[in-house]
Amino acid sequence: MGKDHILLKTDGLVKHFELNQGFFGRKAIVQAVDDVSFHICRGETLGLVGESGCGKTTVGRTVIKLYEPTAGKIVFDGQDITGLKEKEMLALRKRMQIIFQDPYASLNARMTVGDIVSEPLDIHGLARGPKLREQAMELLQKVGMSPDHINRYPHEFSGGQRQRIGIARALAVNPDFIVCDEPISALDVSIQAQVVNLLEDLQHEMGLTYLFIAHDLSMVKHISNRIGVMYLGKLVELAESSELYKRPLHPYTRALLSAIPVPDPDIAEHKQRVILKGDVPSPINPPAGCRFRTRCQYALDICSQLNPEMVQVGAQHMVACHLMT
Amino acid sequence: MKNILEVKNLSTSFFTHAGEVKAVKDISFNVGIGEAIGIVGESGSGKSVTSLSIMNLLSFPGKVINGSVCFAGTELTNLKEKKMQLVRGNEIGMIFQDPMTSLNPVYTVGNQIMESLLRHQKLNRGEARKKAIEMLSLVGIPGPENRLNQYPHEFSGGMRQRVMIAMALCCKPKLLIADEPTTALDVTIQAQIIELLKDLKDKINTSIILITHDLGVVAELCSRVIVMYAGSVVEKGTTRDVFYNPRHPYTWGLLKSIPIVNADHKERLIPIDGQPPDLLNTPPGCPFCPRCDHAMQICAQTQPPLSQLGEQHLAACWLLHPGAPRVERGR
Ligand SMILES: Nc1ncnc2c1ncn2[C@@H]1O[C@H](COP(=O)(O)OP(=O)(O)OP(=O)(O)O)[C@@H](O)[C@H]1O
Ligand SMILES: Nc1ncnc2c1ncn2[C@@H]1O[C@H](COP(=O)(O)OP(=O)(O)O)[C@@H](O)[C@H]1O
Ligand code: SF4
Ligand code: SF4
Ligand SMILES: [Mg+2]
Ligand SMILES: [Mg+2]
Repeated sequence: MGKDHILLKTDGLVKHFELNQGFFGRKAIVQAVDDVSFHICRGETLGLVGESGCGKTTVGRTVIKLYEPTAGKIVFDGQDITGLKEKEMLALRKRMQIIFQDPYASLNARMTVGDIVSEPLDIHGLARGPKLREQAMELLQKVGMSPDHINRYPHEFSGGQRQRIGIARALAVNPDFIVCDEPISALDVSIQAQVVNLLEDLQHEMGLTYLFIAHDLSMVKHISNRIGVMYLGKLVELAESSELYKRPLHPYTRALLSAIPVPDPDIAEHKQRVILKGDVPSPINPPAGCRFRTRCQYALDICSQLNPEMVQVGAQHMVACHLMT
Repeated sequence: MKNILEVKNLSTSFFTHAGEVKAVKDISFNVGIGEAIGIVGESGSGKSVTSLSIMNLLSFPGKVINGSVCFAGTELTNLKEKKMQLVRGNEIGMIFQDPMTSLNPVYTVGNQIMESLLRHQKLNRGEARKKAIEMLSLVGIPGPENRLNQYPHEFSGGMRQRVMIAMALCCKPKLLIADEPTTALDVTIQAQIIELLKDLKDKINTSIILITHDLGVVAELCSRVIVMYAGSVVEKGTTRDVFYNPRHPYTWGLLKSIPIVNADHKERLIPIDGQPPDLLNTPPGCPFCPRCDHAMQICAQTQPPLSQLGEQHLAACWLLHPGAPRVERGR
């Protein structure tokens, strides 16, 4: 199977959350993800970026069915998994794992590292007894930690080490696909690079496919083959990563990229920034038409009436903006 | 340039059950009038403790054990709390990392800004209200008249941070200490705040101490940088000295571990191996020694002194000793 074999595909994915606003209150609907379509090839890393609350985590959790999609289709390795019930998903759960943003909150504080790492093996009945322990030790070694740490507790480790434990746990069942939900955001710069290198090594070794969610745009560029940009529940641009940075087409992507602070004083001194005004509107009542129009300096009349569809503008480059059509 | 702040040989420790945590060790630096300096380092390197020591805000078991902090000619380390309160908020403004914990959720934003104005300045309520509106629009909050009556939770993260800046600035402080003011924010909001701080520096000549672990933010805003590791200053100089001619292996490591956005093909990242040290029972010698690729025998025994490398450029590393082998920084 080559790189062009599609492992995961979404078609018009929608996830809405209903908010209960008290007894007599009207029901509010959070349109967290709206009509999002993309695919990820085997062995590929697809990056997902966008501001806080734009729906990245929701996409990540929905594609592996931790959330039930409201509408749309999810195909994993050729199989339509959209309607699968929890029981039917069990066999597939082994193949799709997730690593969480916060290495402090995501590990059970009362379990030893060995138990944390080997729990998925136990759940899926893949090993038991002394074999469990042995495999836990192997997993720790694989993520660059000492096998002797097996009897220690999470609080004894630093953020970077805890993130390694989270990765070891995700790897335990030998998955094909891992959703990495901001795995490095909580870590120091020098430790971020350690974890990114580890994820890259494991990808090569085990042929893993990643959906890599982040808001550090320079790290995402480094690790991803292609990158999707989200704004208020919508995918607004999708392109090969260096293409996206060289030729960003959506006004939001441009603003996002120009906001990255460059660690180079000479460049920083002469940089021209696109400063976005205001804040992201609420996903409960997103603006009609193009959701970005309230902050877009190019907005046309049509932008408040019609939602721009994704159009192909290059071999691997798609964008949703009326300026492009 | 005259200095608004001079910190000399400042050391701060926490006396905990387990022993003395030496959070800040013998650090010295100046801030010029209208100048922005950056303090960078990993979490736990002593950045926040440095700013709390300056502001006299350390609480038990923390204590400044040595050194002096001179602000506009006044020594702050032994200033009475009454007098210190006048300095805080009035002459030195401070922005904390988490705006939600530093705004009071039960008062409107307007009330909080006005209260600070009424406490420090001779204004009546009407004047204070006018001033509060002026401050909110200065920090780029649209429709400030209406916003005044809202509560902090009705503001987004970026707007709360701007309110914090408005509060820190409302008495026109001579010095603003911003402790990771953008770490919790999205890049687009971060860009707004950086531009705002730049403006304040240029327009009202505010001096700024910017504490961050983001080297990009420093490059955009600061004329000089202090690099801290395990409570010590390991390198300091102009921003250009530190970015273009870094001399300490830790600074090399920091700069190398960030990916280059404009790179055409991807190169493997170069992390700093290992973990930052535990500040309890620190071994003698250079604190960076266990993680340093260039460590020599002396490094494990004696802490290196700061060597003067240029007019403003200093670094603390044995490699800078005339007798040491010559080592080039990779890449
Ligand atoms: N369980 C839930 N119930 C109701 N609303 C939710 C739920 N989960 C997420 N949301 C809302 O859906 C939107 C998208 O949230 P999501 O967590 O996917 O954002 P994100 O892009 O991952 O943000 P961040 O960068 O802050 O992690 C937000 O408005 C959020 O408040
Ligand atoms: N209240 C406290 N009690 C004990 N140790 C503390 C306390 N506050 C900070 N420290 C220690 O002081 C050192 C420096 O902390 P800090 O200045 O907060 O780091 P940062 O550079 O991340 O701002 C750390 O080792 C930290 O654990
Ligand atoms: S569709 Fe219109 S409002 Fe939306 S990004 Fe394009 S120009 Fe701006
Ligand atoms: S003094 Fe020695 S251990 Fe410390 S940074 Fe320099 S070479 Fe490395
Ligand atoms: Mg998220
Ligand atoms: Mg801090």
